[in-house]
Amino acid sequence: MTLGNQKTGRQAEPLLVLENVKKYYPVQKNIIDQVFAGHIDYVRAVDDVSLFIRRGEALGLAGESGSGKTTIGRLAIGLEKLTDGKAVFDGQDLSKLTAEELRKLRKRMQVIFQDPMASLNPRMTLGNAIKQGLRIHYPEQASQHRDMVLSMFEKVGLTPPLFFYDKFPHQISGGQRQRVVIARALITRPDLVLADEPVAMADVSVRALLLDLMINLKNEFNLTYLFITHDLATAKYICDRIGVLYLGKLMEIGDLHAIYNRPLHPYTRALMAAVPVPNPRKRRTEVMPEGEIPNPINPPSGCRFHPRCPIARPDCAEIEPKLEEIEPGHFAACRYIE
Amino acid sequence: MERELLASIQDLSVTYHTRIGPVSAVDHISFDIYKGEILGLVGESGCGKSTLGKALLRMIDPPGEISSGHIIFDKEDVMQYDDDRMRDFRGRRASMIFQDPMTSLNPMQRVDDHLIEAIQVHEPKTSEKDALKRSSIMINRLGIGLNRLGSYPHQLSGGMRQRVMTGIGLVLNAELIIADEATTSLDVIVEAKLADQLREIRNEYGVSLLMITHNIALVAEMADRIAVMYAGHIVEIGDVYEVFEKPLHPYTQGLLGSVPSIQLNDRNELFKMPGEPPNLTHPPAGCRFHPRCQHAMPICSQLEPALIKQSSGQSVHCWLYQDHPDKNEKR
Repeated sequence: MTLGNQKTGRQAEPLLVLENVKKYYPVQKNIIDQVFAGHIDYVRAVDDVSLFIRRGEALGLAGESGSGKTTIGRLAIGLEKLTDGKAVFDGQDLSKLTAEELRKLRKRMQVIFQDPMASLNPRMTLGNAIKQGLRIHYPEQASQHRDMVLSMFEKVGLTPPLFFYDKFPHQISGGQRQRVVIARALITRPDLVLADEPVAMADVSVRALLLDLMINLKNEFNLTYLFITHDLATAKYICDRIGVLYLGKLMEIGDLHAIYNRPLHPYTRALMAAVPVPNPRKRRTEVMPEGEIPNPINPPSGCRFHPRCPIARPDCAEIEPKLEEIEPGHFAACRYIE
Repeated sequence: MERELLASIQDLSVTYHTRIGPVSAVDHISFDIYKGEILGLVGESGCGKSTLGKALLRMIDPPGEISSGHIIFDKEDVMQYDDDRMRDFRGRRASMIFQDPMTSLNPMQRVDDHLIEAIQVHEPKTSEKDALKRSSIMINRLGIGLNRLGSYPHQLSGGMRQRVMTGIGLVLNAELIIADEATTSLDVIVEAKLADQLREIRNEYGVSLLMITHNIALVAEMADRIAVMYAGHIVEIGDVYEVFEKPLHPYTQGLLGSVPSIQLNDRNELFKMPGEPPNLTHPPAGCRFHPRCQHAMPICSQLEPALIKQSSGQSVHCWLYQDHPDKNEKR
């Protein structure tokens, strides 16, 4: 596809490359259902997406529910097997690695999920939970584990660290729990951090602190973020580039400023306009597109957005648009961009 | 502008009796709801905003109870109603939409059954035919196709389910709709469309909408007035334009400063409020915000301020804007 072009014009080498990545989930999971149905339907969660993440950058993937943003994240760090395509992390093709090799690589790819209560074992103290990663990936430094954990607590703002070391997840607040999850992700010294809606559950006042922490840690540890979000207003504060997904397809990708100042794809425009602005004098006047995100088992033909698109023409239902470079580094998949 | 009063909430408190002691989730709150207005009630989790919404319909279950106050709705005190009158009040005069419509709708009932049942429970003399006719008009008005009347909740999209819930309230001509995080679980585009529709419905039916949400930007987008809650108190209430332009309470200032905005030219730094909301089993003495407040004075930790109307229009619950003999005393 157009991956080669996406890379032009920039210097830093990509840390992660996804090439024509597909992930289909069968609807009829077991053989009996398949026999009765006579065929297998697939949910095309991710359908031919190519993108890359440069070392040291934060790439945001935005989209509504069902757009495939979470699945792409999971594919990117090898938590799911690809149906088709290639995921290359730092020159290594993830699908060609053995389980053991992938496990070794995991310390360089860590995850922060949305719900910290669900990501922490309720019966494990915070200190032990964080130490777990060190026990697995750095067993030879066992004597220093405790100090490493304490210093990481300090880095993520859990001070005094000793106070938190023997606490259980239910004894601390939601914001502190998410800090613990961040500490656990960073303790293995990763290169890439997949952050899947990391601040979506936090209250606004806590959210600002968490975002600030994530930005500072990124600089301090030279991290690369794949930041998955449904909230374009939050993405603005942390991302260098943004990709917009719709029904498993990449609709638009480019630098943050290009996307926010000049959204090209009609879907991106609708998505941006839909986000309320915290100023009653700037109320939205745009009319929202009709309908809701269609069924990914049987997506619309041609351009997947055409049934809801305000500028759709008859041939949009027939010809699938390719992701094309409209201006340097700014790609969109629409045939009728002015 | 002379506004007509719909409901006046006076000195309302809700206490939860927990194992570790009483928790005052709503602490002596007074405010008014006007006819045909959209009032946005915002606050962070645990501030008591949902409890307040439920308390207005007296839907607080044990171990919680409404421990004080009056809800004057159209000159009558709802707190004095017996169970029968209360049942009639809920639904016919005031109704509620919750965050998750899937748990509010009966999975075994079709859309038309929901609406017809609602009508017939409150107006038993209505024939099935009339009820269906009214339901169809309402469903159509909400932008749902009439072919959807026979659908079950799981066959509808999230946005449609919320519109059905809204329809159940409107079909009975409720005067107050309490929407508790009604748009929160929806995607942004669907949320924006529901917001548009709720506003249209308000204009058309003159219904009052109490919009309980943590989404402050959505309140800026939709509401006429905003009430900000912190730890069981309303700390500031007033016209959205005034409050967003010139927030007075330090908490409101911090809260508005920490809301991310999609517009690139807006300030790129978010305000970072220190600390976290207090545990309401042992709320801080005096003003409950004082431990996190940058302007805290000695009096703030000792006496609770009152919610007082300012010359700029909004009312604020803060010592910075009111006098007290002890205010300047050093302790």
